[in-house]
Amino acid sequence: MSDLIGLTLADSLEGLARGDFSARELAEAHLSAMETHRRLNAYTAETPDRALAGADASDARRRSGDTLPLDGVPLGIKDLFCTEGVASTAGSRILEGFVPPYESTVTAKLWRDGAVLLGKTNMDEFAMGSSNMTSAYGPVENPWRRRGDNRPLVPGGSSGGSAAAVAARLCAGALGTDTGGSIRQPAAFCGIVGLKPTYGRCSRWGIVAFASSLDQAGPMARTVRDCAILLRSIAGHDPKDSTSVDRPVPDYAAALTGDVRGLKIGIPKQYRVDGMPTEIDALWQRGADWLKQAGAEIREIDLPHTHYALPTYYIVAPAEASSNLARYDGVRYGRRVEGESTQRMYEKTRGEGFGEEVRRRVLIGTYVLSAGYYDAYYLKAQKVRTLIADDFRKAFEEVDAVLTPTAPNSAFPQGERMDDPVRMYLNDVFTVPANLAGLPGISVPAGLSEDGLPLGLQVVGRPFDEETVLRVGGVVEAAAGFDALPTLLAGN
Amino acid sequence: MSLDKTTVRKIATLARIEVPEDQLDGLGTELSAIIDWVEQLGALDTDGVEPMTSAVETTLFRRTDAVTDGNCRDRILANAPETAEGFFVVPKVIE
Repeated sequence: MSDLIGLTLADSLEGLARGDFSARELAEAHLSAMETHRRLNAYTAETPDRALAGADASDARRRSGDTLPLDGVPLGIKDLFCTEGVASTAGSRILEGFVPPYESTVTAKLWRDGAVLLGKTNMDEFAMGSSNMTSAYGPVENPWRRRGDNRPLVPGGSSGGSAAAVAARLCAGALGTDTGGSIRQPAAFCGIVGLKPTYGRCSRWGIVAFASSLDQAGPMARTVRDCAILLRSIAGHDPKDSTSVDRPVPDYAAALTGDVRGLKIGIPKQYRVDGMPTEIDALWQRGADWLKQAGAEIREIDLPHTHYALPTYYIVAPAEASSNLARYDGVRYGRRVEGESTQRMYEKTRGEGFGEEVRRRVLIGTYVLSAGYYDAYYLKAQKVRTLIADDFRKAFEEVDAVLTPTAPNSAFPQGERMDDPVRMYLNDVFTVPANLAGLPGISVPAGLSEDGLPLGLQVVGRPFDEETVLRVGGVVEAAAGFDALPTLLAGN
Repeated sequence: MSLDKTTVRKIATLARIEVPEDQLDGLGTELSAIIDWVEQLGALDTDGVEPMTSAVETTLFRRTDAVTDGNCRDRILANAPETAEGFFVVPKVIE
């Protein structure tokens, strides 16, 4: 593999600053790797012309001395972000042909800082899925394979294309979104780092909405430092998103001091779930030991309502989705299937335009919000959500961060678990609580399973304390020393 | 709670999603499994608990009540499946 695509984002920036290579060379190396590994289906659209034009503009800025914080860094952007003039599909047939006339706030911030768009990455349809199997544009293949088993594996989801692209070195970093684990679970499955910021830390404006009270954009990259660098660019208040919070944006990379002495780390006993592989339990213990050796204090904590997080999520998220997805009606954008009346046109457009998982969730959401059921399901779930958020609030009176596994299993073969939606949902058992409570969480690759697949550990922190989350994540990363290459690249 | 064919048909109509007649039974079984699973929340006592209505503790900001956008009709119409004379076109609504 080309040396240039092997670089971390931070090293790419340093190399560019030293003049070791140009932004154009860096973009070309990635575009060439994208072409070589098209079979992974990590990108739904490649934008080579735009990438090279962006890289040339970046090189010109460097020559003139007006360098920007992310100048020349080539990125993949999940296809849930609206990108002006570049088709944005949300992984759905119903948005086929949609070319946004505007740019999402967070991607605009990346371009403002000099980053370069390589293309749009594949994803589960409307971010609903944990395997990337629900994309209307075909599944994404994980660049990792089990040892001695040649079956293609899922990259996780919903930001599966971004995770696979980062792992396979098809971009220096990527953006994902996380509603119930969609950044952290694929990051764990592909052996990369993924950060879900606090709800309100980044603007949601211009992101195709799934569940508005849970959705949050965040960085995916190969190191904790790379995620910190990207977060600094995308965080911040946006007048166009009333839920984005007006707080100063710190220099997140500066928080990576490696010093966790005196920090209190919580180990929630309720996260020891039935049927979890012993190797994941062992890795979790190892993570706690690493932090202890680094001077942190490990405490067992109680998050008593953990068991109720997933069912709560599967009421709240579909309810919000059924409302958000009402806009896909065949009138203003995307696909239309003609019908004899407006109502019939809506029904046919949505019947043909939505895939099975999206249809399932919109119907569940419609049901739990319908007359006579609202109190029993939706209102009940909102109350349980309060209890779950309170669990964390109490825990953070005692500890500074919480350490858990990211997922209860490693990547599984494409096509598995497709016949049982609830079993698929269980993938998000450890990630969903942070979304319900609005908290920041990071997944860091911490080891390999017995059959050679990456496993991640998750650090969850207090609201707007991404700095502690990154610092603790950085210590886990350094102790784990994860340097295994995906199967796809290991042979080269 | 088991969702029968009639219920699934009714929800699908509310959601404006056409579901072929031969898929109603299968979909009812799938949806019932999910509803049965989320019903475990019923076991939890939530009397006196306030429903969570915001994921972040913050006060909403106010902006000046001024026009900040607009005059971009053609851009808004650019993605529409069918337009005429500056309007979206839909099937006839009024007989």
